Amino acid sequence: MQEVVHTSNAQREIGDVVMAMKHITLRFGGVVAIKDISFDIRAGEIRAIIGPNGAGKSSMLNVISGFYRPQDGEIWFNGQKRRALRPYQVARQGIARTFQNIALFEGMTVLDNVMTGRLTHMNASMFWQAIWQGRAEREEMQNRERAEQVIDFLEIQHIRKTPVARLPYGLKKRVELARALVSEPTLLLLDEPMAGMNVEEKEDMSRFILDVNDEFGTTIALIEHDMGVVMDLSDRVVVMDYGRKIGDGVPSEVRNNQDVIDAYLGVSHD
Amino acid sequence: MPNSEIAVNQYPSIPALLQRNADQFGSKPAYREKEFGIWQAWSWAETRDEVEALALGLLQLGVNQDDFVAIIGRNRPSLYWSMVAVQSVGSVPVPIYQDSVADEMAYVLKHCRARFVIAGDQEQVDKVLEVQDQLDDLQHIIYLDPRGLRKYNHAHLHAFQQIQDQGRAARDTNLITLNERREALNFDSTCVMLYTSGTTGTPKGVVLSNRNVIETAKTSSEFDNLQQSEDVLAYLPMAWVGDFVFSVGQAYWTGFCVNCPESTDTMMTDLREIGPTYYFAPPRIFETQLTHVMIRMEDASRTKKWLFDQFMDHARRWGPAILDGKTVSLSNRFLYGLGNLLIYGPLKNSLGFSRIRVGYTAGEAIGPEIFDFYRSLGINLKQLYGQTEATVFITAQPDGEVRSDTVGIKCAGVELKVDDKGEVHFRSPGVFVEYFQNPASTSSTKDTEGWVATGDAGFIEQNTGHLRIIDRAKDVGKLASGELFAPKFVENKLKFYPNILEAVLFGNGRFECTALINIDLAAVGNWAERNNIAYASYQELAAHPKVMDTVQSHVEEVNQSLAVDEMLSGCQIARFVVLHKELDADDGELTRTRKVRRRIIEQKYNEIITALYDGSNSVHAETEVTYEDGRKGTISATLEIRSTHLESVAAKIAAE
Repeated sequence: MQEVVHTSNAQREIGDVVMAMKHITLRFGGVVAIKDISFDIRAGEIRAIIGPNGAGKSSMLNVISGFYRPQDGEIWFNGQKRRALRPYQVARQGIARTFQNIALFEGMTVLDNVMTGRLTHMNASMFWQAIWQGRAEREEMQNRERAEQVIDFLEIQHIRKTPVARLPYGLKKRVELARALVSEPTLLLLDEPMAGMNVEEKEDMSRFILDVNDEFGTTIALIEHDMGVVMDLSDRVVVMDYGRKIGDGVPSEVRNNQDVIDAYLGVSHD
Repeated sequence: MPNSEIAVNQYPSIPALLQRNADQFGSKPAYREKEFGIWQAWSWAETRDEVEALALGLLQLGVNQDDFVAIIGRNRPSLYWSMVAVQSVGSVPVPIYQDSVADEMAYVLKHCRARFVIAGDQEQVDKVLEVQDQLDDLQHIIYLDPRGLRKYNHAHLHAFQQIQDQGRAARDTNLITLNERREALNFDSTCVMLYTSGTTGTPKGVVLSNRNVIETAKTSSEFDNLQQSEDVLAYLPMAWVGDFVFSVGQAYWTGFCVNCPESTDTMMTDLREIGPTYYFAPPRIFETQLTHVMIRMEDASRTKKWLFDQFMDHARRWGPAILDGKTVSLSNRFLYGLGNLLIYGPLKNSLGFSRIRVGYTAGEAIGPEIFDFYRSLGINLKQLYGQTEATVFITAQPDGEVRSDTVGIKCAGVELKVDDKGEVHFRSPGVFVEYFQNPASTSSTKDTEGWVATGDAGFIEQNTGHLRIIDRAKDVGKLASGELFAPKFVENKLKFYPNILEAVLFGNGRFECTALINIDLAAVGNWAERNNIAYASYQELAAHPKVMDTVQSHVEEVNQSLAVDEMLSGCQIARFVVLHKELDADDGELTRTRKVRRRIIEQKYNEIITALYDGSNSVHAETEVTYEDGRKGTISATLEIRSTHLESVAAKIAAE
């Protein structure tokens, strides 16, 4: 048989800039969490934000998601300067996220949790939803269908009706990803999707992240500590340390950047 | 239902039966699959159209008569249709175990020179691509689930849907050829080729003709009076002959509905939702389900537990008799009815067995307690004995004659004989045609008169005609003392304890018997939790002294029961060790159908076996393990060797 394959990153289509962070500075009182950082995210890419503990990575993600408002700097989304938005407004723009410490409704089933991710797609009024007629019924069916597609995609059919509280950690992370994915985001923010996982769970999660990016063309920005994972998954990497950007580029560049090596391995300050 | 001889010959192939079913019960469901949380159904008429579209597409792709087309994936309607579509164009479907590693797959694909592969998903496609360099004949791969495959080069890779679409588009040009190919099929054309899992050596391709499959399907369906309205759950590997005969042979003969689970992990939920009326499972599954029930009952409230125990006692006593239609007093019937209302009914429902009319188990011996448990609930669980070379059915238990220690009477059309070495031979319409490209093995298995050696040692009970199987003929040996050595018989006795998952007995040509034992992580783990015993791994739990004590007590009980049996009293286990890892098919220690590969285990654990015979109290072992992704590693442990108390046969008799 002749060569049939293969897939490579070179074939991936990376589009234009969808989000640009320009000179962002974020302060909490006297503490400067983010100091004058600029970088962009391109359509269809997997963009990683890495850095040692306390570097300001999660704060950066919270700025992107609209939860924190930076004191200085501009956020450009889809070619427009974004005004200060509330998180739900950001969600409506097509940005979804997962959390570092899982934030699911523990008492609800996996399916119900995933369905909450469709909230932005429900337009029927509370009255119609209560009597479950007409538009409300149609919407519920469409949303359920979408939820089921995601459940199928992430292979969590077997826990569909299981309360989240009963699930092991690795599966909860996957349910969170499902809930984020079901809102059909154009930009997906993942805050340490692999923290606390064993090797096998990490491999599974990596595959799912790649598949999401591949299948739905979702742009992904992720924070991750596991260097191996970051270098394998991402197209470009931003490196932060003490609130500053110390590196930005493709994984191979970043890996050889002296500042990055110093930040991770430590450097003597004498 | 057509069941005369003429009817058989009128429909000499599976595609012909499909056409008959589409004509006769076109709107009745033929397949169901749970997808996106909903059971999707296809009627027989729809199935015919789907199969035809695929067959036309295969023609368009250039599938020739007598080509081999490999089919790899979990049980899905589309893959069953693939088999029938492949038959329709005059080629031969070769289902392959979906959990085979790439090398195993390469062997089969090379051996049958498959030109086409129909794969379930990316995982299977990747495995084929991994070994494509070795496959000179392979031309095209068709896949079902497009996920992850979007960016692969599609020069030789095609989506299932797309092949069907091409088939529909080219219907006018290809229909004549398709009809010609379909009409050329007769009773002697090859229906399917199945590779045996191979307890020894490399897999062999068993060629089964339409005659084998359809005749067997006909007689076995009549034996259990299977109806068009049956529902089966197709969850056992498609590459296994049993699934082919149940989900294709019998399903097409009687026209019943094949239900496919949503995924491997949801099988239990899907079973409960479908409630099959005709069900097959290897003993292991019944065992696991019973273990789960018992574990959950341990956690139930005291009242519930008491009720359960009371009614189960009653059921054990009277249930099987009621099931067999024997005379049972009115009060006992009433109490059983009450039990059915309170306990048995809900329990059966939660197991998914509410509607079961006929259930079969085979492949391994089933523990009498397990067997009786299900029968006492009113589930008509029976045993059958068969093999790939017989198109499954050799013997089966008729209703009313069900016992846990026999495998039943010979099926219609089957002849049985036991040779002087004790090996069982059979001859039937289901006898396989040949091993593909292996005349030497064919002639050593099947003699010129059509008798096939089963490789199993057994005997036919004089008064009942029931067949009893003792062991694999080649495994039966002699101890140094000349006493009979039947490892499987003893291993099964051990495995009937819920705590013991697997056991391997040694002793052929030696002065005493010893055993390697695997504990059952679910059962022992539950016990550990209950007794506040912390453990981090299988290895740690297996080495726990209390676990060792429990296993020792089981071994000694087995020794006691063996001592009673004059023939097998020599097989008592003198020393044993609990292994530090579970025996695994990925390591080659078990076959894909989870049968023990004795010789491989003997080589691999040589140092442990040596220690079992040299009198030492412990042994350090280093063992290679293969992870799911094919990487290898080693685990090492120091294992304790226990010596057990042996019953003397004389003492036992004196005591009685």
